[in-house]
Amino acid sequence: MIPSAFTFYKPENIEKAVSLMVDFGDEARVIAGGHSLIPVMKQRLTDIKHLIDLSGINEIKGIEITDNRISIGAMTTQVELINNEELFKKAPIIREASLQIADPQVRNLGTIGGNVANGDPANDMPGLMQLLDATYKLSGSKGVRDVKAREFYEGAYFTVREDDEILISISFEAPSGGYAYEKQKRKIGDYATAAAGVILKVENNMCSSASIALTNLSDTPVYCNKAVDIILGKEIDNNILTQVTEACVEQSDPVADQRGPVEFKKYVAGIVIKKALTRAIERT
Amino acid sequence: MEKINVIMTVNGKEETLSVEPRTLLVHALREHLDYTGAHIGCSSSHCGACTIDMNGKSVKSCTVFAPQAEGSEILTVEGIGSPDKLHAIQEMFKEHHGLQCGYCTPGMIMRSYRFLQENPNPTEEEVRFGISGNLCRCTGYQNIVKSIMAAADKIRDEANVEKKEIA
Amino acid sequence: MDDVKTPSREERKSALSGLGTSRKRVEDARFTQGKGNYVDDIKLKGMLFGDFVRSPVAHARLKNIDTSAALALPGVHAVLTAADLEPLGLHWMPTLAGDKQMVLADGKVLFQGQEVAFVVGDDRYAVADGVSLVEVEYEELPVVTDPFKAELKDAPILREDIADQKEGAHGARRHPNHIFTWEAGEKEQTNKVLEEAEVVADEMVYYHRTHPCPLETCGCVASMDKVNGKLTVWGTFQAPHAVRTVASLISSIPEHNIRIISPDIGGGFGNKVGVYPGYVCSIVASIVTGVPIKWVEDRMDNLMATAFARDYWMHGKISATKEGKITGLWCHTTADHGAFDACADPTKFPAGFMNICTGSYDIPVAYLAVDGVYTNKAPGGVAYRCSFRVTEASYFIERMIEVLAQKLGMDSAELRSKNFIKKEQFPYTSALGWEYDSGDYHQAWEKAMKSVNYKQLREDQAKQLQSFKDGKSRKLMGIGLSHFTEIVGAGPVKNCDILGLGMFDACEIRIHPTGSAIARLGTISQGQGHATTFAQILASEIGIPASDITLEEGDTDTAPYGLGTYGSRSTPVAGAATAMAGRKIRAKAQMIAAYLLEVHDDDLEWDVDRFSVKGAPEKFKTMKEIAFASYNQAIPGVEPGLEAVSYYDPPNMTYPNGAYVVVMEIDVDTGVSDIKQVYALDDCGTRINPMIIEGQVHGGLTEALAISMGQEIAYDEQGNVMTGTLMDFFIPTAWETPNYETDYTETPSPHHPIGAKGVGESPNVGGVSAFSNAVHDAFKPFGLTQAHMPHDHWRVWKIAKDLGLHS
Repeated sequence: MIPSAFTFYKPENIEKAVSLMVDFGDEARVIAGGHSLIPVMKQRLTDIKHLIDLSGINEIKGIEITDNRISIGAMTTQVELINNEELFKKAPIIREASLQIADPQVRNLGTIGGNVANGDPANDMPGLMQLLDATYKLSGSKGVRDVKAREFYEGAYFTVREDDEILISISFEAPSGGYAYEKQKRKIGDYATAAAGVILKVENNMCSSASIALTNLSDTPVYCNKAVDIILGKEIDNNILTQVTEACVEQSDPVADQRGPVEFKKYVAGIVIKKALTRAIERT
Repeated sequence: MEKINVIMTVNGKEETLSVEPRTLLVHALREHLDYTGAHIGCSSSHCGACTIDMNGKSVKSCTVFAPQAEGSEILTVEGIGSPDKLHAIQEMFKEHHGLQCGYCTPGMIMRSYRFLQENPNPTEEEVRFGISGNLCRCTGYQNIVKSIMAAADKIRDEANVEKKEIA
Repeated sequence: MDDVKTPSREERKSALSGLGTSRKRVEDARFTQGKGNYVDDIKLKGMLFGDFVRSPVAHARLKNIDTSAALALPGVHAVLTAADLEPLGLHWMPTLAGDKQMVLADGKVLFQGQEVAFVVGDDRYAVADGVSLVEVEYEELPVVTDPFKAELKDAPILREDIADQKEGAHGARRHPNHIFTWEAGEKEQTNKVLEEAEVVADEMVYYHRTHPCPLETCGCVASMDKVNGKLTVWGTFQAPHAVRTVASLISSIPEHNIRIISPDIGGGFGNKVGVYPGYVCSIVASIVTGVPIKWVEDRMDNLMATAFARDYWMHGKISATKEGKITGLWCHTTADHGAFDACADPTKFPAGFMNICTGSYDIPVAYLAVDGVYTNKAPGGVAYRCSFRVTEASYFIERMIEVLAQKLGMDSAELRSKNFIKKEQFPYTSALGWEYDSGDYHQAWEKAMKSVNYKQLREDQAKQLQSFKDGKSRKLMGIGLSHFTEIVGAGPVKNCDILGLGMFDACEIRIHPTGSAIARLGTISQGQGHATTFAQILASEIGIPASDITLEEGDTDTAPYGLGTYGSRSTPVAGAATAMAGRKIRAKAQMIAAYLLEVHDDDLEWDVDRFSVKGAPEKFKTMKEIAFASYNQAIPGVEPGLEAVSYYDPPNMTYPNGAYVVVMEIDVDTGVSDIKQVYALDDCGTRINPMIIEGQVHGGLTEALAISMGQEIAYDEQGNVMTGTLMDFFIPTAWETPNYETDYTETPSPHHPIGAKGVGESPNVGGVSAFSNAVHDAFKPFGLTQAHMPHDHWRVWKIAKDLGLHS
């Protein structure tokens, strides 16, 4: 459990960080909180010769809220997300989901950027970002570009991020309506057996807007577009919730692991989706 | 391997270490500075035996590289009390049998130390959630929770006494 | 002086903090201040580090090991392979179970994580780099992970070294992958009773493979002082003296030139009983390099390679009359020992004390057979917080009782009560040959049932069931009962030894002139608080306050010989030695007091902390006064000084028992269980320190919760370990752990000097059955008879699914 040797860089701005990435190519990796990366390095599952610490770059830290637009710097930690009262008022689901990630110490260092950017399907934030229809801002040698979270993930640990690009911020519109993030796990510190997030609005008993997403139920986070299509404009009743749940489960594609076989995970997915829907509706 | 200098303040003392960049903070503390209170139980950030306080936050020092701690204020279990005047948490762990083999204890105490500053008046449930990043194999946590609750009382009482004295 | 109040008898007694006192622990000052001294804290001048190249595959022939790149790396000093150890005869080592084990892979590897080469370097970092540069060529072989396939005709032969040996350490071997058959009881008579019985329940009960996983992993620092010819090894040793003897036997270093030191140990739970390749390689490396070598395994190494526990497939049949009187018990166990038989059992008991499997019940006839087999898994089979295989035995009988109750249509609490060994039957000889020392099972059971309001619980459960059936709830309630009888304190030298070493233990006491004392024992604490509790035993025996007695363990140069701490043997054996040594001190003190008071020995009586003249209590000598006199008075016929040593060979084991109840609510859709209540009544005989007893029970229950509800060492079909980190190997946090209610009855052991029986392992032994029975109980109304542990979410979900509860 000892990583191989690397050189360490702590650039003060994003341009320097990007230029290091350009210089070293795929031998370089950025490190944010390190709680996904360091365990992998310790097992020598990855060969990193140059480690670029982003913690010295102040411009990519912190939470900005202008009207209804929320922008979160990539180096903002989970605990900062949890403790920010303004953010809680605008997007309470962030606190609800963040508290279900890892444990207190890990949340103190773990960042939103690290959580969304490394492409681990077990991470919770990518699913949440599907739900919020967030936009990721990436900075690279060719400049800065925006990518929709729903278009960012290609497969487990594969994203559209170029080798020399660094995720610098995440932004989204403050959601409105009821919300819930439901996660079944074996214990504190575990990844989800199945997790689901729901945000929806009900007006005159009709669903006027909806978003549903899943975590750790496929090799990427899943935005449940089919389920959303089903529920939009419909009257909320048990029948429609069952249909929506089924559509979500249909879009899931989990793999068997120590948490259980595929059949079990799909079943539990249905349960957490139903729970999230129910709780979100209660909160509208 | 090439070494770099890392400067950090540990238990109030500024330290300059010459280490490989890949040196884990827990090894820097234990092997370079001889603060052996923080222990290694899993090396994968699950057990919390290596918990220390870094810049006012509890962190697992097995999952931090030493250069990431450059310029930081580190507090370990060796720095919160003295043999003559134990910290209230240390005292209450002794009083309520909050430890057995002692291996998780420094991490557990350091987590409690920070937790009680974040939440000076916790419920039992909040204590359990607050220390959920620290594993103990001996106690079943019941007496640890009791110790932390008692420490919270004691710290509040001490603060009240101080206030009165100032008044 | 008259106004100075003479302390009363009670006050003097309480000043001792002796037996029965919840004395605060003396160990805690250093542990709470981060000043413990664990093996990884040891730093010696010039010390190098060592670590292993481990096999990534479960079964393969070693074609080649190329160490050149590793050796070329700056900072790497040596790389040891089996070829280097062979000239020393150390490429294999004897196991505690009479088998032998490769220290470093010799020709082939037999399990994933097996030690292949040992790299020595400047620090952990250089060593890790060296490890990654050792190139090993493996030719993979077919893998055996299923113990029931190990003995098939065409099964791959795992242990080629002993393939032709028809006779093993424990008798005949019928297949190259077969280790032993061990039998107890009356086979034919049991079969006859079963054939003729009115009711027979037949079930396969599996106790899965798990791991003790103390928070501190195993490790050592070996230091060969070539100038003085002395080898010192600090290590995570639960049995330091036995390690010294074994080290001497296998290394040919004379035993007096070996010093084994167990420093503070960060939990053991059986994991630190054995001798591991890391210790041997560190010693050899220190001899080769001439400097101290530190080896500390990491968590993945520990879970993959260092001493698993359980893995017993127990097929049982239990018979009874229609009224529920048990008439017979039959058990055949298939024991998966992994690649080497490295179980830590007394020599004559290759399946440990599995023959305690008649449990707390008066069963007239029984038969047990255990077959051990080799598979491509890690060796071990240690007693994880239990006496040798007692948890397996207890789980087996407590499941069989439940299954029988189901078959009889009888409440299992009633069935237990009907078949308990009665108080007046003690000492009781069981059908499988043990003599139970004492117990009052009915008293314990009735107290437990009353405390939890058992009748009310069953009514609540029925309501919950109705609500489930009515479609109003998706939750079921389970009530898990268990009444266990342990067999601990191994043990009488006549039938208990490890590698020929009788399982006595020892205590040596020296009283200092000013009346304080030091006592040394052959055991070693790993969190049990020996320095606190053994001083309490002594305080009550010799009248010196516990706070004036230093306890030392774990240094073979200073402590008397003992077999160490595991199997709840410290209190029953070393605790007894302590009391007996104290009594020797007292006997000499009596002679000194008689001289000082100018009376005959027989005219004195012991009174808490002094000898006083019978009928004239104002004439007395305190132990403190006597101690001083022993150093400065020339007493005719009495040697100066006040010291004693006692080697205690227990006449029998002790038999702690207890009644546990677990209540849980299970969500049939998610498989998530919510523990509502855990009640644990323990009878460990005389209670030395109630605070520590309670702490032991809390900890053991949490291990039981972990084992029954999720903790396992799982392998896939290729022999890959699937649970190598603390993410997948379940250890509950404070969040998943409930609060516990503890209770007790006190039935002293009649043969133990102070009546104590030991308690550290009871909650694991009793707890696993109670948790597992609760899960089974929830699904009993739907016909579930047996579902294997661990009862993690998906397996519980599977029970519900298979019973058609998901519609």
